[in-house]
Amino acid sequence: MPIDKRAGTAAEALADVTDGATVLISGFGGAGFPNVLIRALRDRAPRDLILVVNSATHRYSYTHELIEAGLVRKVVCTAARGHSKEPSPFERLWMDGRIELECMPQGTFTERIRAGGAGIPAFYTPVGFGTDLALGKEVRRFGDRDYVLEHAIVGDLALVRADTADRYGNLAFRYAQMNFGPVMLTAARLAVAEVRVALDEPMPHERVQVPGTYVDRVVPVGA
Amino acid sequence: MQPLNRLQTAWRAAQDIGDGMLVNLGLGMPVHVADYLRPEVDVFIQSENGVIGVGPLAPADRIDTDLVDAGSRRITLRPGAAIIDSSWSFAMIRGGHIDITILGAFEVAVNGDLANWDMRALNRGPLVGGAMDLAACARTVWVIMEHVTRKGAPRLLERCTLPLTAVRCVTRVYTDLAVIDITPAGMVVREILDGMSEAGLRERTGAPLTFAPDCRPLAAPPISMPD
Repeated sequence: MPIDKRAGTAAEALADVTDGATVLISGFGGAGFPNVLIRALRDRAPRDLILVVNSATHRYSYTHELIEAGLVRKVVCTAARGHSKEPSPFERLWMDGRIELECMPQGTFTERIRAGGAGIPAFYTPVGFGTDLALGKEVRRFGDRDYVLEHAIVGDLALVRADTADRYGNLAFRYAQMNFGPVMLTAARLAVAEVRVALDEPMPHERVQVPGTYVDRVVPVGA
Repeated sequence: MQPLNRLQTAWRAAQDIGDGMLVNLGLGMPVHVADYLRPEVDVFIQSENGVIGVGPLAPADRIDTDLVDAGSRRITLRPGAAIIDSSWSFAMIRGGHIDITILGAFEVAVNGDLANWDMRALNRGPLVGGAMDLAACARTVWVIMEHVTRKGAPRLLERCTLPLTAVRCVTRVYTDLAVIDITPAGMVVREILDGMSEAGLRERTGAPLTFAPDCRPLAAPPISMPD
């Protein structure tokens, strides 16, 4: 059967997401947030989710809607601070002990996901050694430097924003949209991308930044 | 003997950026270093989100919401710029490919320990981001900060009191009062604010200071702070 990964709607693309899923969500610095898919996930309303996302909440992202809808059990991130002077609803939930939080350096965050998609169960990094974030972690010396053991992250679902797709799921990004998208697509059992446009024809080979073999479903959502 | 303002401190650090370097500038005061580079130097500025070659902020009529830096600022790209994914961007940082990172700080210790974030901020979630990766792995780590806290307590210390960002990483600190190298022999003052006495600087510093034999006056051109 000819391959065609285009889904009609975001809801269709997420129809089989279940409670307890670990969901990897791309976006950083204001670019690459898969906000149409995040809203569709909120509407589907699976519970006890673990979100793996750079910022627990970001002013250009809709992840706060998942959290405020009570769908999220835990957030794995690098930044858990809201943008206003007052604590965000997420920060309040965390302080009240109603949501778990794991916060780590951004390079460790992305490398843990990369490892998850690359068959590496754990790795040593110099980042975090000697800080509170290394407490309780295995430390090993290589040469004249100390390194902290960090474990891979894998997910049940990845939600990523890209610019252009084709029927094969091949993806091209615009500018800083890329951020965590490529590694997240490799590290989840179900990888879904929302895109500005999904082409009928194959994308020119030299434009492909993530091969469609990593991508299960694409949802064209417009600009 | 007016202390440098924050932009003048950024200006002073910018004068030491060398030609051809790959530089990462932290959020806050350090990003302003890019505005004061010497005209003859040609550098690439890396941002953690994968932009290699950050250009000036985008003018209002050229904003592109997909073109941002790690601080969510709408930017332009310099000629020759490229964009890579986060995993590659941090491999670049951990791999020692960043020549200099300039970071803000709360405290720096005499052994180079850096505290520039606070996991325990009252009633706030932790904010880690990319600073730990940069501090631990950039080839050179410089700090820009005010010499003392708002309450007048020193930020240059024998040991940091706040949670550490990385150990033994800072080699130079630019403050509103001085330029100080962090060396195996301790803190060495390279420049001191014109008119400030050595005793006055020592009073405001929480670790022993040595003054370099060629210690110069710290000065910067007038730069007014935005409102």
